[in-house]
Amino acid sequence: MENSEKTEVVLLACGSFNPITNMHLRLFELAKDYMNGTGKYEVIKGIISPVGDAYKKKGLISAHHRVIMAELATKNSKWLEVDTWESLQQDWIETATVLRHHQEKLEASSCDQQQDSPVLERPGRKRKWAEQRQDFSQKKSLEQTKTKGVPKVKLLCGADLLESFGVPNLWKGEDIAKIVGDYGLICITRAGNDAQKFIYESDVLWKHQNNIHLVNEWITNDISSTKIRRALRRGQSIRYLVPDLVQEYIEKHSLYSSESEERNVGVILAPLQRKTAEADT
Amino acid sequence: MNPRNPPVYNWRHPFSPQRYRPNRSTPVAQTRAHLQHSSPQQMQIRIPQILHAVECPTLGSVLGGTVRSNERSAQPPWSSQSGRVAAAASVNVADKMKSRIPVVLLACGSFNPITNMHLRLFEVARDHLHQTGRYQVIGGIISPVNDNYGKKDLVAARHRVAMARLALQTSDWIQVDPWESEQVQWMETVKVLRHHHSELLRSLPWKEGLDQGKVDSPGPAAVPELKLLCGADVLKTFQTPNLWKDKHIQEIVEKFGLVCVDRAGHDPKGYILGSPILQRYQDNIHLAREPVQNEISATYIRRALGQGQSVKYLLPDAVIAYIKEHDLYTSPGEE
Repeated sequence: MENSEKTEVVLLACGSFNPITNMHLRLFELAKDYMNGTGKYEVIKGIISPVGDAYKKKGLISAHHRVIMAELATKNSKWLEVDTWESLQQDWIETATVLRHHQEKLEASSCDQQQDSPVLERPGRKRKWAEQRQDFSQKKSLEQTKTKGVPKVKLLCGADLLESFGVPNLWKGEDIAKIVGDYGLICITRAGNDAQKFIYESDVLWKHQNNIHLVNEWITNDISSTKIRRALRRGQSIRYLVPDLVQEYIEKHSLYSSESEERNVGVILAPLQRKTAEADT
Repeated sequence: MNPRNPPVYNWRHPFSPQRYRPNRSTPVAQTRAHLQHSSPQQMQIRIPQILHAVECPTLGSVLGGTVRSNERSAQPPWSSQSGRVAAAASVNVADKMKSRIPVVLLACGSFNPITNMHLRLFEVARDHLHQTGRYQVIGGIISPVNDNYGKKDLVAARHRVAMARLALQTSDWIQVDPWESEQVQWMETVKVLRHHHSELLRSLPWKEGLDQGKVDSPGPAAVPELKLLCGADVLKTFQTPNLWKDKHIQEIVEKFGLVCVDRAGHDPKGYILGSPILQRYQDNIHLAREPVQNEISATYIRRALGQGQSVKYLLPDAVIAYIKEHDLYTSPGEE
């Protein structure tokens, strides 16, 4: 197959998506164009993984709304999908764990494809068809194990997430190392210089710099969810900043208000809480 | 109650021949009822139903003649809203509403192609004018420039008009007007303003309606105003020698008015202070702040398309489909 030398990549974006905006969706498009453009990768899927309510961020509305809005936003997309695993967990989950979950899922389904062959032993009239399929999938899986390998999950993010690595106690050092070492980061940034400087000033990021891809966003598209929520509170229009279906959904359910913005005020963010708890034990 | 216009649920929904209405039992409404009482585990099952329930209009249905603006092309949008304006003026809902000046926003430009940022200009301008308490925006017009403008890479007007129409499918107050593009030659912006202003005055039946049977109006209702909508970059071009005639600039800001939306790297207040004409009529120049910095330039879009890069989420999907279908902007410098 002509694509056999390329590594297949799955882009995973974690975040609040409170709400999802056109900017979030642009991140995927930019990352895909960039990775495919290197000639070394082929982006096969994009996953949006909204954070669980247990994250306790200020103004974070219920996960089921955020998941539905993400679903509505990706309705039209052939390669983007929403994954609810993270949002359904009782406790907050570290990003590195979410990455691991998705990587394992990919490995498992890739294994399934290879193991398909011996399992198809249905008697009766389906046998002939099953045997033919068996031959085909055996051949295909051999090719796969030889050349393609398992698709790799990479974390997609904006420069703000990269720089949040520097916030004390927000990330575990070992998690940062895992994310850039075992998986890889694709960071969409406007100010490429600042991001490069940030990588330079961190030993662990510097060590894995080949696994950190900085993609320049030439169009300033500063549609932050915070600004969307503020505009909604002030009765201002958010049309053309979020997909139409999302805007309709928000309006229909009156999702964002001064009250919703007050949620979790005074509550410590889950990762910080966990860090304190671990320090105490 | 939201001070803006009522919610927009108005594109053609494949499920129903009428418009998608929020309070009927639409698929989304039904799913929502389930979700209100479901546990997180149940939610996981519900989500696939949403995917089947909610669908987006396809380009086929759009081009099959069900485009809303075709129906509306005979009438400007504000003619149906004039009743609302008149009603607002005559009923004492709030004193403010009575004295609000009706405004139509006109945006001239290449729209080569139209982008989400162009559409945002209208939304931001409307919010701004409403917030002043003095205006009620009753309509918006996009007027793509004539082919004879001679700008580099300008694709044929019929395409630019068609793309704008597709982009405005889901808007209930903005529409595209091909008049400028259909003229024999390029014309100055002030002439386009004059044309649309006289059309506006001619089309409104409000004059007769208000004269009849209104007892306690304090006086004649306000005349609708047509204002030029633009980005701060256009305001800057007023300084370019020989690009605009001084008397035209004066007519634009004196007789019509300008609504100018922020753009990064520009200093609209500075441009006003630097021009005696603009300074004199600065009360008629409204500077609207766009809280979201949005630099989606059509130039960039054309370049990205020429290089085979994605422009999804920067312009409406229907416009992207049209561009692909007609092979527009395939390489920079063509057409």
